[in-house]
Amino acid sequence: MVEFAGYRMPIHYGSQMEEHRCVRVFAGKFDVSHMGVVDIHGTDAGSFLSRTCVGDMQRLPREGSARYTLLLNRSGCILDDLIVYRMENGFRAIVNAGVKHSDVEWLNSHIGDSDVRLQLRDDTCIVAIQGPEAIGLTCRALDLDLQDRLEPFNFEVVSDELMGARTGYTGEEGMELVCSSRTAPEIWDRLGSVEVPSIGLGARDTLRLEAGMSLNGQDMTPCVMPFAANLAWTIDWDPPDRGFIGRKALEDARASGIDQKLTGLILEERGVLREGYEVSTKDGPGVVTSGTMSPTLGYSIALARLPRAATGECEVSIRGRRLPARIVRPPFVRNGKKVHK
Amino acid sequence: MSDYPPELRYTRTHEWIGEDETGCCVVGITEYAQDQLGDVVFVELPDTGSTFDAGEDACVIESVKAASDIYCPVAGKVVEVNDALQTEPGLVNEDPYGSGWIFRLEPADVDEGSELMDSSEYRELCEDDSDEDDD
Repeated sequence: MVEFAGYRMPIHYGSQMEEHRCVRVFAGKFDVSHMGVVDIHGTDAGSFLSRTCVGDMQRLPREGSARYTLLLNRSGCILDDLIVYRMENGFRAIVNAGVKHSDVEWLNSHIGDSDVRLQLRDDTCIVAIQGPEAIGLTCRALDLDLQDRLEPFNFEVVSDELMGARTGYTGEEGMELVCSSRTAPEIWDRLGSVEVPSIGLGARDTLRLEAGMSLNGQDMTPCVMPFAANLAWTIDWDPPDRGFIGRKALEDARASGIDQKLTGLILEERGVLREGYEVSTKDGPGVVTSGTMSPTLGYSIALARLPRAATGECEVSIRGRRLPARIVRPPFVRNGKKVHK
Repeated sequence: MSDYPPELRYTRTHEWIGEDETGCCVVGITEYAQDQLGDVVFVELPDTGSTFDAGEDACVIESVKAASDIYCPVAGKVVEVNDALQTEPGLVNEDPYGSGWIFRLEPADVDEGSELMDSSEYRELCEDDSDEDDD
């Protein structure tokens, strides 16, 4: 067990490697109830999100659609990454556990005269089911008929106490269920009854890293702009007059030239890349932001913040030794298969 | 439950040291240590011929979780390393007192080792640690 964002969470339920493999070839369930569920109501909820998020949430086409987006500070750096869901009446956001209270405080401080009300829910749980068999097994366990119609990044509100979204953090097919705390134990048990094993925080980290997904607080911080976190794709620049928080700083940075990027590394010798290791490229120094031994690939992979021009071969300092590594474009693994070049 | 072979001696940092039939010392990490580390994915072995003081970091074990230093239980010279760990680091998890041994050591001072614990002292240490984990 480990302390994570004020919650006691299992790193693994047995073997982290076994849990990782199980999600890649079958399915696994994750208790991610530590994450924050924030409901956003009021007649101005849409316009409020459009001026606080880098993506234009008013463009979410209809109830049942969702988008991955970022909250920035005025300097254009990343406070949090989140998914925003368009509900029947208003919106819902799922935010990172460690910053959920500061996110709500930050958002509240920008409501001003608008008709917006935020509620950080303390009566919900989140269960993620991920893996090639995840959607079918979830639907079977919970008697749902979503599998033939739920598109990626869409969701359905099944009842007052359950919403199911086709989203995840592993690079596999899967769902994330937001349910009432009251019904969560039964959902967890029913997933167990169709043989979906429990997966700990450790495999969650190796799975997301293989999928090339950034972790808040590690690959992105309140000192890092989206350009340097491989997240520029989340920004909606149009319409040009949508003045979201941080936009001015991003435009200034873009005009003066962006000098860093977040990209992938693979280690070409035996060893394990870890957060904080220094990287030398022919274009200058960089640093590993997340690293691990990839259980799927059998060699070490990492995300690293490097000079924007850097490509090809580089070196990583590991305990005084300089080992050769290669710069690659993440993701490393998708749907169970190697995808990096 | 953890296993504490009585013929071995133990460090507070969860290494074990034993003696082979030739009088050479064999070093590894304990059942308790491998369980705490989780799946071992890489062992950075020491160079044969290198010498270490007692308590000096001699090599590194990387698990899926983190990198951990392995400390030399007694002063001495490394005479052999377990090359099998290069390709099968998981032996440290599967058989920590057997095929998961890490290196053989020629001790510098045969009297040294009084700092080490016997199996019942070491068992007590681990059980105290486990109690704290359960709080």
